[in-house]
Order: sequence, then structure tokens, then C-alpha cells
Amino acid sequence: MLLTIRGLTKTYPTREGPLAVLRGIDLDLDQGESLALVGESGSGKSTLLHLAAGLDVANAGTILLDGAAIGEMSESQRAAVRRDRIGLIFQQFNLIPSLNAGANIAMQARLAGRNSPDWNAHLARAMGLDGLLDRYPEELSGGQQQRVAIARALAARPALVLADEPTGNLDEANADAVLTLMLDLVATAGAGLLLVTHSQRQAARLNRQMRLVMGQSQA
Amino acid sequence: MIRVVLGTLISHWRRRPLQLVFLLIGLSLATALWSGVQAINAEARAAYADAAGLLGRDRFDRLVGRNAAPINASRFAELRRAGWAVSPVIEGYHTPTGLSLVGIDPLTMPKGAAPIGAGKGPGMAEVLAPAGLLIVNPETAARFNNADLPKLFAMDDLPPMTAIGDIGLVQRLLGRPGTISHLVLDPDAPAGLVPLATVVPELDRVAPAGDGGLARLTDSFHLNLTAFGALAFVVGLFIAHSVIGLVFEQRRSTFRTLRALGVPMTQMVILLLAELLVLALVAGLAGVALGYLVAAALLPDVAGSLRGLYGADVPGSLTLRPGWVLAALALTFGGTLAAAGLALWQAATMPVLAPALPRAWARASSKRLAWQGALGALLLALAAVIALVGSGLPAAFTLLAALLVGAALVLPLLVGGLVQRLGRGRGGPVRQWFWADTAQQVPGLSLALMALLLALASNVGVGTMVASFRQTFTGWLDQRLASELYLTTRSEAEANTILAWVTPRVDAVLPIRSVPATLNGLPGEVYGIADHATYRDNWPLLDAVPDVWDRVAQGEAALVNEQLARRAGLALGDPVALPGGDLPVGGIYSDYGNPQPQALLGLLLFDSRFPDATHLRYGLRIAPDKAAALAQEITARHALPDGGVIAQADIKGYSLDVFERTFAVTDALNVLTLGVAAVALFASLMTLAELRLPQLAPLWALGLTRRRLAGIEFARILVLAMLVLVLAIPLGLALAWALVARLNVAAFGWQLPLALFPADWLWLALTALPAAGLAALWPALRLARMPPAALLRMFANERG
Amino acid sequence: MNAARRLFLGGVAGMLAARAGAQGFAGLGTAVEGFALPDAAGRFDFPADHGAHDAFRIEWWYLTASLTGADGAQYGIQWTLFRTALEPGGGEGWDSPTLWMGHAALTTSTAHHVAERLARGGVGQAGVVAVPFQAWIDEWAMTSLAGHAEDALDRINLTARAMDFSYDLILQASGPLVAHGDNGYSVKSRDGHASHYYSQPFYEVAGKIEVPSGPVEVTGQGWLDREWSSQPLSDNQTGWDWLSLMLDDGTRLMGYRMRDTRGDFTAASWIAPDGTVEVLPNGALVMTPLRTARVADRDIPVDWQIDVAARGLSVTITPLNHAAWMATSVPYWEGPVFAVGTHPGRGYLEMTGY
Repeated sequence: MLLTIRGLTKTYPTREGPLAVLRGIDLDLDQGESLALVGESGSGKSTLLHLAAGLDVANAGTILLDGAAIGEMSESQRAAVRRDRIGLIFQQFNLIPSLNAGANIAMQARLAGRNSPDWNAHLARAMGLDGLLDRYPEELSGGQQQRVAIARALAARPALVLADEPTGNLDEANADAVLTLMLDLVATAGAGLLLVTHSQRQAARLNRQMRLVMGQSQA
Repeated sequence: MIRVVLGTLISHWRRRPLQLVFLLIGLSLATALWSGVQAINAEARAAYADAAGLLGRDRFDRLVGRNAAPINASRFAELRRAGWAVSPVIEGYHTPTGLSLVGIDPLTMPKGAAPIGAGKGPGMAEVLAPAGLLIVNPETAARFNNADLPKLFAMDDLPPMTAIGDIGLVQRLLGRPGTISHLVLDPDAPAGLVPLATVVPELDRVAPAGDGGLARLTDSFHLNLTAFGALAFVVGLFIAHSVIGLVFEQRRSTFRTLRALGVPMTQMVILLLAELLVLALVAGLAGVALGYLVAAALLPDVAGSLRGLYGADVPGSLTLRPGWVLAALALTFGGTLAAAGLALWQAATMPVLAPALPRAWARASSKRLAWQGALGALLLALAAVIALVGSGLPAAFTLLAALLVGAALVLPLLVGGLVQRLGRGRGGPVRQWFWADTAQQVPGLSLALMALLLALASNVGVGTMVASFRQTFTGWLDQRLASELYLTTRSEAEANTILAWVTPRVDAVLPIRSVPATLNGLPGEVYGIADHATYRDNWPLLDAVPDVWDRVAQGEAALVNEQLARRAGLALGDPVALPGGDLPVGGIYSDYGNPQPQALLGLLLFDSRFPDATHLRYGLRIAPDKAAALAQEITARHALPDGGVIAQADIKGYSLDVFERTFAVTDALNVLTLGVAAVALFASLMTLAELRLPQLAPLWALGLTRRRLAGIEFARILVLAMLVLVLAIPLGLALAWALVARLNVAAFGWQLPLALFPADWLWLALTALPAAGLAALWPALRLARMPPAALLRMFANERG
Repeated sequence: MNAARRLFLGGVAGMLAARAGAQGFAGLGTAVEGFALPDAAGRFDFPADHGAHDAFRIEWWYLTASLTGADGAQYGIQWTLFRTALEPGGGEGWDSPTLWMGHAALTTSTAHHVAERLARGGVGQAGVVAVPFQAWIDEWAMTSLAGHAEDALDRINLTARAMDFSYDLILQASGPLVAHGDNGYSVKSRDGHASHYYSQPFYEVAGKIEVPSGPVEVTGQGWLDREWSSQPLSDNQTGWDWLSLMLDDGTRLMGYRMRDTRGDFTAASWIAPDGTVEVLPNGALVMTPLRTARVADRDIPVDWQIDVAARGLSVTITPLNHAAWMATSVPYWEGPVFAVGTHPGRGYLEMTGY
């Protein structure tokens, strides 16, 4: 099993007292499988994704990535897991503004020490970014920027892709195109995909769905 | 991985080279002025140490004639034959060259005291050879290469303008054969010798003279320079701080992304630190080089003032000291970390999930401004308290610091308030927007405006002080230098010959007699003056008892200079302790430029108390138009050397020259500080310009042309600079008052009347506003020429 | 002639010359222009010749004494005043071209105390006057106590003082002044370099010395050398070994060996107890080093075999203290020695150029 989540609970302190965002989530994701997390705003989708990426730590429960418990790792171990095993795609495109598109695509692969120009070129071509690689993020449209971000996430050949509303900032046509590309590439790469979306239409295109309501899963 | 992260961090500078330039400029300017001043101070201190160590002055006791009476030459042999290991020294001023000549006897000088032999110096044979030679430092050697002097031997570590030679040679050069100034006493003397008091009852044994208190005397001068250096350093750090703040803010999203992509936080912080230190090293080296140039350019003037004010010999050329370079670099590192500390801390503690939206950078919260203002008000209150009750040099400097920093801290609130007040009332929408937006810009520009305020206020303050001083000093010179000619003879016989000839040809002959003496426990001088209308009419008395001149003439009272009165806390009628007994203070006179306590006695009383004082100097009163001819005639007729007869005008010229040189240094530092402030303003505007675009784009969309927008931006800066200038004038006057009434008194012992020179302020406005305009011009021009596409992007992108 | 004396010649003069030479001057050490030269036909004129000879470049008053303390210990003292002129004639007061150098030493079997004084002429710090005779530098002095009928040097008081020693001695001559060489014209090399040279080798000494452990009453025998010249030594002469012996039978022997790259040159005076001098020619005196000691980082021959075949003299001399190194501005070795063999006695040895 690629990703195993058991009894995951996350609480945030607020002025009105602790707010439980996740209340005992169980989840399994296999290699090559894609799972859509759907739910209303505030249902805990993004939090679940952040915890899976090791960007934050849960209050209770376990997250096993290839059998290793992320919650028991140190900050730098979690950083290493993100670098080597995970591809992250955010709603905000999160490109590095001082690097051009090509350098942004190669970024994580270079950090992980397995940069392959051929693979990067393949990704860029597949994403329709040919001829844009020398441009800086501010010179790209929103859709182009998100395609760069997706290429970056896949360039390092991650075992697990975590995508947080990757098309949330794009218009519908653009969103569909980007999602199609992403699904194709994830499938080609054989990675697992956990995708947060509030679009039922998009969720339907993945292998499975999981709906979160008030921090709990509804089958 | 390190390479990738570092490359990513650095890619920011590639995209924003201007920020890099400003950061480096800020840091290197901060380093440059500070380290330049330190280099000057180090050079001066080294010179004092050389002077102190010269010929063992700091190690060996000396025998001197009591009350400066000359030493009978036979005393040397008598002491030696009694077993006392003494060595004769003659010191004198060589009028034709202006060199301080020191004649020694290398054969009897205590071991290691004379710069002879031991590998470095000339051989004893050369020094003793009948042709002789003079040992000087290389600079002096180069200067007098072709002078009519014995052979010069160049040697490091000697004070400038000082030449050491064999006593016989120096006696000849000074025209004082057989004369001894003092005897150096080798501490290695066998026990059981006949006591000195028996062998030479007329000589006093004095402890090592060291540098004659030069370091102490000049402390205040160096402190002044240091204060300017510190001011420039702070202003430079303002620049660095604002640039670093912006750069870190703009890279927040990069930091977050890097961490999301798996870069551990500690590694990122370490790399950021390394990046800063590399930048600091580059800026530090540039700053050191620049500082060296500044110091080298200023040193001749500094050396001139130190010589004129204190008689301190400081070389006019700079030595590169490794310790100084390291200290300057350390300072740059420290300054960089201080400037970057907050930004670095924020980057280190930033949660990886924090929203990466550009926080309106430098739009300091009103809360922070309020705190800052409160702190500033507190400092101003402290300054007021010190102004009322403080005394002494540390208090004076604390007053200056509290005043300047306090005023700088309250400035944003004050300017903000003024802008809001100006914006009140009716007007078109553009006008309304102008004032509202200007008020909003003030926090972002606050550091630059504070730098500008400090520079302008220093300018007003120092300018006012210097101008007041010049006015007072010139007037005082007219009073003090009442005689038209000043005669200095080489012997009393010569003096008598000349006086016999000159007396019938002048209106009056006024003897000038003085001895070094201890006054109320302080080392100083006592003068004897004749009872003459010259003094009664002209002497610059600050305060006096009735009939003061009669009482002085009758030996019933003494006059003391302001320095002595302040240092010893003397008021009229108080007894002043003088050699031969106390006298009441009959008057206090101003004595600018003299660091030492001084007292004046009536000539009769002086002669009875100091019968051994030399009678070599005289003031001559004559109609001013006849003075020059008489001076020439005396010199020619009596074969006096240069400087034997000096005209009043020459002394005035020299004194004013010393004065101008002293303040040439402060002027130069002033201008440099102003320049740094202009750069600070420019840097702030340039870095802010980009953040301004999203705010300006809507106005452009609403129909304002780019040219119009640029004009508004330009006007905005001018308005702000004008406001700062208006606030800087009262602050500068407060500063001038603190300098004149507090710092000067503490440092030099005299107070100046403060005068106002509004024309100078106008001049400053005419300099500062164009400087601010220049700083604002480029960002404005860039805006005016910005392609519409760039403005459009403000709407296309999700950029806050 | 004496070797430290030669040192003064090649010494103070050398000290002065080294720099001047480096400056490309002819070199003070060889410049005699303007100075008087020794005259083979000259005869001594006392008391004037006890005083300074300003026409000559170099001159010395050189006294050594071998002493026995009331404590039974052996001591040696040296008192020397060197005069050298930077140029002939010259100025007054501080401009005087005359330099004076005083050396004083006190040797015990375990220590060798040395002091040096420098002065210029013209200001009274140092000098020599013939009548009444006094030679002095600072508080060190050699002062005549002789009566009117006597030679000024027949009875003298000798004082010197330094941080770690002092002495105050009365010296009474028991014989006449002695002229060396040809009536006082003493040849120093095959090239004919020469000086005027006489001695008073017959002093009986009594007085007090002060060593770090305290004062000691002493008695013994002393020897005064007087020599002046303008002429430096030959360029080939590398150094010099000089010896004075006061033999138990009342005979005095003065001899020296000039070490010359072309072959040594020796001279000696055999002085009978009544003062009669036999001048021994080059080669008559044979000085053979027997043992060297490490002194002041150099190897110094401290034990010698001395032979004067013509007089049947064959003695071995050994120093009281082989560390008798004069660490002065012109360094050399000078110390008391003992002679054992056909003619036992004691005296002083001086060695330069090692």
C-alpha cells in the first residue's frame, strides 16, 4: 500500500476553543490509483493533504507512506520525504518568480538529485509549454503557470502526487485541459494521486472519491 | 541540493540587480564613513604613541630648569662626573623649515632610547660625523628632499615634521650653541650617588612626559569625528535594512515553495545567512577601500587642525593597518546582521503554510509607528532633561544622540500628521487621492525620511555652530591680537639690542613673558602682562570685577581664561592657586582654541614670582600702515630669522587657517552624510516603485496619464522632503545649541554665543530639495515610460 | 701595543667605519689624511706625553691589574680610556670631533663584570689632562697622586663604578716607565705600521673592590700601557693576541702576535726588574694555542704555550676565568692569566678578531 491513513485527527486552537478539522479519517491509496477528496469549504480536505505531505503534524492517528510513519519524523526527515517521494501541486501556483519556467520545472528534480532533462522536456511538451520555458512566471498566464507547477511536481517522478485544487484558479475549459494532462501523466508515471477538489465533475474522472463532511469521511 | 537552493536564492538578485546594488551601496557607505573616521583616529593615535615613545619620553625621568629657566651647559658634565647617567637634549622649532628639531647625544642616550643603530636607524658614526644627519620619517624626508638641511635619514615610526640629530648639529641649526633644553635620566644609576638636589639644586626632576596629554586633549576632537562616522553608519544601515526587508518580503513565496518542495528550514536559514555574509564581505571590502580613500582625503586637513589646535603632529598620509581592515569588516558583518536580523528571524520562524501573499511591505502597522513615536518622545524628554541638568562630555554626547534618534523616531508620526492636515479641506478627487496616498506612503518611506532628517539636521546644526564660531572667533582675534607686531628674539642680549633701537620708533613695547605652571592643580601657563591701554581697551573679558586692570597691575588679582575658570569652577573673587601663592580671580577672558588653563598676572608680580622666565618676546604697537615696513627693517637690521617678527595679520591668517581646516573636516563629513541620506531616499524609492505599481495601475485605468502619474509621484517626494526640511531646521538649531552650549563646553572648555544664519538654511533647501528631486526623478521617469502592458498585468495577475 | 687597543683602532673606528664604508666613503678606518704619523725619531716628553695627543687619531690609557683579595681569592681589573678623533682639529663644545670610550672590567674565577661609557670631548664629560694628570670619563677616573719630584704616573688613584661592581685602588710604581720598540716607536707589521708605545709595568696595587657579594680588600700588581697612533693596521691582519706577564722573579714580559694572512708577526719586550728593556725581534716570541673554550658563541684559545727560546722561557698560561669576554660595543677577550713553567708569574691576556 502506497499511502495508509488511520484515525487521523487534527485540531486547531481558535479563540472560541479548539476546532477539530479532521476527526478520525481512514484512507488507503495504492500505487497507480487516484483518489478525489471532495467536500465543502472547511471540511478538512486541504488539511488532510497538508498532513499527508508532512507540512503539518496531526494530533492523533497515523500516516504511513510506503510503510513509514510520517508523524514520527523530524522536520528535516519530512522535508526529505517531500523532496524525494511526493509531488505537490497547489491552488496558488507557487512558482519561484526569479526563475524561468524551465528552471522551475527542474527545481524539485534537482533538489531530489534526479534531474533528467529528457523527462523534463517530455513533460513540458506534454503540458504544451514548448517555447515558454525561457519565460518568467510573471510573463505566463494563470493556466500556463499551473501547467509549469504540475510539470515541476512530476519532474521528480514522485511516488505520490498531492494536488490541492490545482485548477481552482482556472476557467472551466482550461481546468479540464490541465486535469486531463495531469491524469495522463500521473497514470504514465504510475504514481498515486490524491486530489482535492470541490468540483464533482472533476472528481468523477478519478478512480475513487471520498467525501469529507465536518472532518469525517462519508462513503 | 545546496547548490540548487543557493542558486534559487541568488536568482532573485539576478532579476532585481538594483536591489543588490542598493544593498551593497548601503552597507559599503555605512562601512566607508565609519571606517574612514576610524582610520583617521587610528593614524592620529599611532602618531601620539610615536611621539610619546620618541626618545623614551614615556619611560625616562627628565631634569628640567625650574620655571623653565635654561640649563647651564656645564651641568651635564658635572652630573655625569657625579655618576648620574644623564643625557642632554635640545628641542626647538626650526623657523626656516617649520621642523621640530630634537638634538640628542647618542653616546649617552639610555640604551634603546635613540633611533640609532639596531638595524633600523643610521649608524652612530653617521650621526656623529661632522657633516651630521637628521633622522625624519619618510614623508618628512620626501618633503625636505631639496631643503637646505643636513643629509636626511628616513625612518618609520617617527612623528611627522620632527627631525632628530646630534645635539651639536641641532644647536647649530637652532642658533643656540651650548644650550640644553632638558636632561634625560637613565634609571640605571648605581646606589650611593650624591643626591641630585645637592649636585643641581636649580633643576627639577619630572616624571616621564609621555605625549604631553595629547591623547586626552585630542579625545574630544576624535569623538566629534566618531560621532559623524556613527551617524553615517546608522544612515547606511537604514538603507541596508530597508533593502533587506524588501528582498526578504519578495522572497517569502520562494522560501515557502522551497520548503514545500522539501528543503529543510535550518538549511535554508543557514544558506540565507551565508548569502548575507558573502554580500557583507563584498560590501565590507568595498567600504574599506572607500573608507581608506575618504580617510586619505581628509587626513591632511585633520592633521592640520590637530597641529594647529593642539600642536599634535599627525602624518598627512595614511598607513593601511590590518587591524583596521578586520575591524571594519567585522563592523560590516555586525551591521548586516543587525539590518537583516528581523527579516532573517521572520524567514526562520515563518510557518510553511502561512499565506504567501505579499504582506504590504514596509507598510508598518500604525501600532508600530505609535510605539516608535512613544520611544522617540521618551528620548526627546531625556534630551530635555540632560540639557537642563547634565554636564560633562558623556552627557553632552548622550544629549546629542537622544535628540537626534528621538527626533528621527517621532518623524513618521509628525510627517504623517502634517500630510493628513494638509490633505484636509476640499479639492478634486486627484488631490484627495494625492494626500491620502502620500499619508499612506509615509510609513514605507519612514526610514529614508529619517535618514534625510538626520543628515539635514546635522547640516543645519553643524553649520550654525561653525558660522557662530567663525563670527565669534574673528571678533575675538581682533581683540586678542592687539599688537601690530610680535617680536621673538633668540637671546636677551639680542632682545635688548633690538629694543634699544625699536623703542623710539613704536608707540609702545609690551613684554610677553610666560612660564609653564600648575594652576589649581592643572598644567597650564602663567603670563605676565604690562599695564597698558592695549589690554585695558581690547582684552576679551567675559566677566570682571570693577577696576580689574588696576588690581591686576598692582598684583592684587589675576585674570584666568574661561577654560581654567570652567575646569576649576572659579568665579570672580575666588582664589586661584598659582606658583608663589593664591590670588583672587579679577576677571575671566575668552581664550578660544587654547586647550590649556591660563592665568595672567601683572608684570611686576610676574617678574618677582618668576625671575628666571626668559625675556625674549615682545608685542609692538605702531600705526598699522607702518607695521610692515618696520617688521622688514627690524628683520634686516638685526639679522633675525624668519618668524622673528610676525605681523598681527599673519597670526590672524594662520589662526583662521587652522580654524577653517578644523571645520573643513566636519564640513566634508557633513556633505558625505547628506549624500548617504540622498542615496537612502533614492534606494527606498527605487525599491518601492515596484510595489507602487498595483496602487497606481487603477488610477491609470481611471484615466490619469502615465506622465501625470509620474509627475504626481515626483511631487509627492518633493513635498515629503520639504516637510522633513522644515522639521530639520528646528532640530538642527537644537543640535547647534547642544553642540555650542554643551558639547563645546565639555570638550574644549569654552562657550560660544549662538547666532542664526537663515541664509544658510535657504542654501541648504536649495541643495537638499534638488537632491531629493534627483532621487525621485528616476523612479518617476520609469513610471512615465512604463509600457501599458506592464500596468495591464497588474489586473491580469493575482497580485494583491 | 695592546690588542683591545687595536680593537679601538679597528673597533670604535671600525664601528664608525662600517657604516661610512657602506656609504662608499674611503672609510674612516683607513683615512689618516690630516692626522700626524708616528715618527721613528721622536722621543717621549713627559709629563706632556701622559696627556692626549690631539694630532693623532687614536690613543689609549690602558691599565690592568692582577689582584689577590683578603679573602684569598684571585681577581683581575681592567680600566681603559680610548680616544678617537673623527677628524683632525675640529670644533668646540658639542661640535668636538673627539670621542671617548671607557671600558672597566672586574674578573673573578666565576664572573666577569663589564661596563662601558661613551662620551664626546669638548664638554667635560671625558678627557685627559697632563698636569695635574687626570684621565676620566663620567665618574671613572685615573688621577695622579704623585709628588712634585716624581713622575705623574708613579702614584695614581684608579676608580670605576657600574651597576654590579666597582673598584677604588691606589697604584704605586716600583720601577721606571718603559719604552717599547725603538725608543717607543713600536712597529706593528711588516709594512711598517707603527705607534708610540710606553708602559709602567711595575705597579704595586692596594685598595678595595666591590663585587655583588660585598667589598673585598685587595693587593696585587698592575700594568699601565700608553699608546697613540693614526695608522690603522695592515689589511692582512685578522686579529691579535697580546700578553703581559709579571714574573715572580721581578722580570716583566710584553709580547704580541699579529695574526696575518701572510704569516704571523710577533714582537716582545723583555723587561728586567730595573726597567732595562731588551727588544725581541719578529719570531723570537712563539705563542701556541693549547685549548679553546666556547665563549660568546665563538671558539677562543684560552690556554697557551709561550716560548722565548733566547731567554729560556717556556710557560703555559691559563686564564682565571675563560669567560672574560668584553661584551662592549667593540667586543674582545681580556682577562687575568697565570703562567706555569720555567718562569711562573701572572699577567693579562688580550685577544681580538675571534
